[in-house]
Amino acid sequence: MNKHLLSAADVDHDEAVLILDTAEQLDRALSGREVKKLPTLRGRTVVNLFYEDSTRTKTSFELAAKRLSADVVNFAAKGSSVSKGESLKDTALTLEAMGSDAVVIRHSLSGAPTRLATWIRGSVVNAGDGTHEHPTQALLDAFTIRRRLRGGAGDLDGLRVVIVGDVLHSRVARSNALLLKTLGAQVRFVSPPTLLPRGVETWPVEVGYDLDEALPGADVVMMLRVQRERMSASFFPSAREYSRRYGLDMNRMGMLPSEAIVMHPGPMNRGMEIAAEVADHPKRSTIVEQVTNGVTVRMAVLYLLLGGGDAE
Amino acid sequence: MTTAPSLVLRNVRPYGEAAVDVLIDADGLIAEIGMGLDVAHDVEAIDGTDLVLLPGLVDLHTHLREPGREDAETVRTGSAAAALGGYTAVFAMPNTDPTADTAGVVEQVWRLGHDAAMVDVIPIGAVTVGRQGTQLAELGAMADSAARVRVFSDDGSCVSDPLLMRRALEYVKAFDGVIAQHAEEPRLTEGAQMNEGEVSGRIGLTGWPSVAEEAIIARDVLLAGHVGSRLHICHVSTAGSVEILRRAKANGSRVTAEVTPHHLVLTDRLAESYDPVFKVNPPLRTDADVDALRAGLADGTIDCVATDHAPHSIEDKETEWGVASPGMLGLQTALSVVIETMQSTGALDWRGVADRMSEAPARIGALAEHGRPIAVGEPANLVLVDPDATWVVDAAELASRSRNTPFAGRKLPGRVVATLLRGVPTVQDGKLV
Repeated sequence: MNKHLLSAADVDHDEAVLILDTAEQLDRALSGREVKKLPTLRGRTVVNLFYEDSTRTKTSFELAAKRLSADVVNFAAKGSSVSKGESLKDTALTLEAMGSDAVVIRHSLSGAPTRLATWIRGSVVNAGDGTHEHPTQALLDAFTIRRRLRGGAGDLDGLRVVIVGDVLHSRVARSNALLLKTLGAQVRFVSPPTLLPRGVETWPVEVGYDLDEALPGADVVMMLRVQRERMSASFFPSAREYSRRYGLDMNRMGMLPSEAIVMHPGPMNRGMEIAAEVADHPKRSTIVEQVTNGVTVRMAVLYLLLGGGDAE
Repeated sequence: MTTAPSLVLRNVRPYGEAAVDVLIDADGLIAEIGMGLDVAHDVEAIDGTDLVLLPGLVDLHTHLREPGREDAETVRTGSAAAALGGYTAVFAMPNTDPTADTAGVVEQVWRLGHDAAMVDVIPIGAVTVGRQGTQLAELGAMADSAARVRVFSDDGSCVSDPLLMRRALEYVKAFDGVIAQHAEEPRLTEGAQMNEGEVSGRIGLTGWPSVAEEAIIARDVLLAGHVGSRLHICHVSTAGSVEILRRAKANGSRVTAEVTPHHLVLTDRLAESYDPVFKVNPPLRTDADVDALRAGLADGTIDCVATDHAPHSIEDKETEWGVASPGMLGLQTALSVVIETMQSTGALDWRGVADRMSEAPARIGALAEHGRPIAVGEPANLVLVDPDATWVVDAAELASRSRNTPFAGRKLPGRVVATLLRGVPTVQDGKLV
């Protein structure tokens, strides 16, 4: 596998399947044990460099690294601009001097992991950069879909995935669009026109403005978080209108095929893009298991980048 | 001959044409031009065999950063870069700290340029106080000052208030000034990081749409026509802008325009690396825009090349794209880039290069002594170029205090061998004198 995981485009079909298969194996290896730990990454250092607050993703990576017996360091970084503190480059050089094998970075600015990778020798894992990408989210989403709809094996060939919401500002949408295509799925974006990226017509996805029309043909509906602040920049007129046109309520959930699943990367705006009863639906909703799968998939990523087989 | 000769250029090719000798007198004027001129043996001679002689280049758009950001550049270091790039005059943009919006500050910049004595530095005055866009600066005071300001700009920012722009265009008619507009509708570019296009959508950076530039150019062309004034457009970057300018000129508009060397060759695909050396305002655009800009420069729709030389310190550039300062160095690489994109492709001959890089900017900026014909009696503001040499750009070797050149490591054609400011070499053998 590549030395870094900066984008979902960094993995091809076989590498993606390998990550998902490895995650399944690690999950099986741990489930029998009383002490949930494998020795694979003992002696390796994984640094969590989180410039944005994210308890969920940070904890997920921390657990993943610790379950593989790696040493985890949480490097607190407040703000990113020069005026607020140490520059990203200086932080990178510090981490390099301390000898980190992998740096997991979350940053509010697109491209920060890409720049970091030019300054350190270790592996860089993008845990979310601005509105660019969040590759491990896409991997755990693919893992979840595969388990639910493909028996936990192979790829996602032929599955129809509808991604709904603020695609323009979504790193989850970008990574998912890339990875789902790589794994053979068909992707459709449903969004108000103001929330689609420029040039989306050149992406290998379908695009539509009508949610009701897209639901009957969907195997997976992935709801994206929509920020209310987008209203003041006139991306949509009101929260009410947004949720009326693009929110997944029980009525719309009823329009889905019987085996279709509902996903959300979290955190959710209950009542805005997704109704509470849909989010909590015991059969349809995969939201909670996505979190569990996140740890498993991140273990697989760290394992393959740093320890499993031979790293380089 | 007016006074005793002080310098002779042997075997040079003015505008790339037939080789001649050029004799320069002690007053810094061209005294004689001819083949095999006879001069006293103690007159210094520069061997110009195979070298092209052009009028000294004039840059209508340079950021010298002094006062305020001397860590990035000073008038002296910027002048050195300019001379090495073949320039004999540069216009210094007013987005300094304090802003050059008063007679006091423009005179300070003018004096610094005069003391550095490597190129003529002509300060540009801000249009509005502090470049805040709400109140006219004392344009008349700046025009009357020792700096004799004639070009005014809020560059870095757009004069976006249409009423204020109208007033500014009208007001400067009193002293034959010109407003140089940085065309960018601010409401359409809030938070923008790069060109709005296929690349920006894919790599997750907020886009700067072409229409934000074009809408202001269209508006200002109409305003200038309505009040009967000149208008200059800074750093044109889109195909649509070229179209608007072409139609405006066909209708008799007195608008002029400039293009940067980087916009003639670089595109937004470079942003994929997220390396902020490629971050600039207006942003790098697409191949179609590059083609249209070259065609516009070739047919004169775009009057001149202006570098928008924008030095930035390392900490302002070696950072995440989103917080990096926009701007690129340009003075030392400009002529080479124009040779690569326009002269060697046949789009412009050497006379065309002379026009776009010297004569037209001198005319727009109302400079009496630069951009003159290479003829007897004219001031010897000249540059000698080796058109066949190549060089690899080494950022650390550039004279600028800063290193942010997008051409680092790139092999470029053409080398400045000598630059003469009123007959005195500022650069000789490619090095500062």
